[in-house]
Order: sequence, then structure tokens, then C-alpha cells
Amino acid sequence: MKALRETEVMVIGGGPAGLSAAVEAASFGCDVTLVDSDLALGGQLIKQTHKFFGSRDERAGTRGFKISELLMDELSERRDSVTAYTNCTATGYYPEDGVLSCVKGEDEYFKVKPHKIVMATGAQERLIPFPNNHLPGVYGAGAVQTLMNVYGVKPGDRVLMVGAGNIGLIVSYQLLQAGVEVAGIVEALDKVGGYWVHAAKVRRLGVPIYLRHTVVEALGEQYVTGAVIQEIDERFQPVGEGKALDVDIICMAVGLTPTCELLWQAGCEMIFVPELCGYVAQRDKNMRTSHPDIWVAGDAAGIEEASSAMVEGRIAGVNVAKSLGHGSSAEHEKRLAEYRRRLDDLRGGEVGEKICKGIACCTVDRWEV
Amino acid sequence: MKLIEEHPILDFKHGRRVTFSFDGKQLEGYEGEPIAAALHANGVKVYRETPIRHQPRGFFCAIGKCSSCFMVVDGVPNVRTCVTPLEAGMHVETQRGKGVVPLDPEEEGR
Repeated sequence: MKALRETEVMVIGGGPAGLSAAVEAASFGCDVTLVDSDLALGGQLIKQTHKFFGSRDERAGTRGFKISELLMDELSERRDSVTAYTNCTATGYYPEDGVLSCVKGEDEYFKVKPHKIVMATGAQERLIPFPNNHLPGVYGAGAVQTLMNVYGVKPGDRVLMVGAGNIGLIVSYQLLQAGVEVAGIVEALDKVGGYWVHAAKVRRLGVPIYLRHTVVEALGEQYVTGAVIQEIDERFQPVGEGKALDVDIICMAVGLTPTCELLWQAGCEMIFVPELCGYVAQRDKNMRTSHPDIWVAGDAAGIEEASSAMVEGRIAGVNVAKSLGHGSSAEHEKRLAEYRRRLDDLRGGEVGEKICKGIACCTVDRWEV
Repeated sequence: MKLIEEHPILDFKHGRRVTFSFDGKQLEGYEGEPIAAALHANGVKVYRETPIRHQPRGFFCAIGKCSSCFMVVDGVPNVRTCVTPLEAGMHVETQRGKGVVPLDPEEEGR
């Protein structure tokens, strides 16, 4: 499979943003190729057992994995226009000739020359340094969710959760649903970062949340057999003695950072935005980057959540279709106005303040022609 | 196997149950699911040993990015077992060090 494949639109990533971009572009008649490195499409949505917040337009009140099924239904309606490859990683972008290299599985290599690209590569997890953090049993929260919620495998018997943001709280609750004990949640800050409703659910089930605490060591020789947690002060310096917990899993939920290697390779103008958790591509309000043929959507454009990722994907999808001359401008404008309204709704209120501040830092009014 | 038997929300649909070998031992897992998930369900946590300090590594990111779960599968090293589907009769081995990539017989003849 060495031949150069051609496609009008290449969508990289089949999570909420990428699937939305693909079906939206396809709805205007674009020929779309989508690649996702996982074995199944749906990104992180397929692992979410909780009902979403956000707005009714983005399926608030529906469980995450059900939202993914709805997107898959939409994709199957567009199967004549969208070719989707799973277990397929986009490994490089070569800006000189606009070619993407992809590897399907471990050994099938091919190249694609797309006219337009939507980068919906999502995010990757952060890790914090502590002795023995390399031991098997120290897992990312996403990995724990994959094991238990996609494949039905118990990750362990007793878990220490590191981080009380939404992911740490939600995954703790999911562990309890799966019949796994959660010994406690440590949070370095003096308050719970996630929504109160998630914190209340785990507290009601008897899981202690240790504020101003962190993990300082994983115990074990071949794999985790325990963890030492430690109280810290406001300068993150240790206070008193550490406390050993009998756990076999240390689950890291200490944040995500946008996956942006391909954007760097493409030469897109990048900017570090703390509110969006890392380097992100500068974009206009249509989600176009400084590269005229590349759009970005979802967590790759800044860490937020699945509801806004889906809307960003749709905005990118409409604009890609527009740039290729598919669809009428009346239809483009109608849909864009609707999607922008939905994004504004999602980002309204106190919770959206930080995100809006971050987005203001990386959004340009227009690109110089 | 360490499988979730009852779940209040999710209903797990596993594929065909198949046999594979891990360091010579016969284990069972579900076809099409990641090799790493099948091993974890069998209580296997150490997947490779690092080249210099000989430290254990296992499952970590589960999205094919971090290199932690590299193993030798059917003689090929550095296989990302978290995203490689299990097949019946696979030979899965703990990877020690960097592994040696077997040469393609055609290329070898050149």
C-alpha cells in the first residue's frame, strides 16, 4: 500500500470533534477520510457512563457512550462519503508537498494527499514526577477507563486517585460502579476542581477526598503494591509525615494537554495558553489555523469538554465544505450562526470564563491573505 | 479472569474467546480486544523490561502513544499491545531491552 491516496478532506481523530467534523463536511457532499489511532471510533465518549451537562443541543442528560452511538449513527448515514480507518495513526505531515503519512496497525504504511485537513487529535494525559512512577499500576485515568468501561476488565482491587478535577471525580465514581474500591482521592489544591455534583457522589459513597495532599511515592518492586501520600502546604512543600496506603493502582488524573505534534509539523502558528492547558494553534472563529488548508477542533484546540468539541468540529466541517465550494453560502451561514450560538451557550456562565479567556488569547480576527 | 461481572449501566459484549500464549503459558482472552487488556484480565501487569536499568513497564496510556506496553508479538518486538487486537494462537512475550526487528526475507536477500 505505497500508493498516494487522494481525498478532499482528511479528518485526523475520530472522537467527538473529528466525528462531528466528518459528518458535517460529508453532509455538504465532501469526500472525507477519517483516521483514528484507537480500535474503535468515539474517542473518550465511549468510556463515559455519566450523563452530560452542557446544553440540550449537545445532548445534556444523555450518557457519554450513548452520545457516541448517536454520532456513529450519523456517520453510518454518511457512509458513502466518509471512509473511516481505525487503529490507524497519522504519523507525520510533510508541508512541502502536503502529504500525510499513516500507519494502520503495526505494519501497513500509506500516504494521503488531502485537499483540506481537520486536526481533531484530542489530548494526552499529564503525569507528575514521584519515585517509582514507572511501575506498572501507575496508570492514566483514560487508560483505567478504557480497561474497565470499554473492555470490562477490572483495573485492580483498590485505587488511589490523584487529582480531584472532573476526570478524577468521574473516574472514581466509575471505579465504584465497576466494583473497585477507591481508597481516596488526593488533590494538591485546597479545593475540589471538578463540579460539586461529581464530588458529592463519591463523598456520599464514603471515598475520602484529601485536599492539599499529593502522592510522593509508589511502593512495589515489579508493580504497585502501595502508595505514600503526603500533606503539603500552599507552596506545595511537605507538612508532617507521609502516610502509606494499601493500593494496587495509582490513577493519575492530573490534567490533559492538547495533542499538537502534527500542527507543529505543518508549521501552524502556535501559542502557549495556560487556560487551554498547553500549546494550541492560533485560529480564526471558523477554527482555521494559520495554514490555509488546516482546521483544528476539540481538545487539540484547547482542553475543554466533549460538548464544545462536537460544536467546534461542526464549525470546522462547514468551513471545510465552504472552502471546497460544496453547499450554498446561505446554508453555510445558517449553520455557522446556529453553531456559534450553541458554543456561546456552552461557554456562558462562570464555568466558561476561564475557557473564554484562553480562547481570546489564541483567536485572530482574520488571517492575512 | 478479572472481568467486571455486573455493572449498573454498561453491558459488555465480548467477542469470541480464544487461546493465546504469554511467555509460553496458555491464557484466554477475547478476540479483537487489545492484547494488553487480555493480559491485564489474566493478572499480568509487567509487559517489558527497560534496556538499561531493567525496570518493569506495563500498561500506561492505552492510546498507543507512550511505548510503555511494547511487547514481542509473534516474534516482532515493540508492538503496542494496548492498541493491537488479540488473535487466536498469538505468541506474546515479555520484551527485554530494545528487541531485534526481524528482517523482511526479501530485503535480507538484497
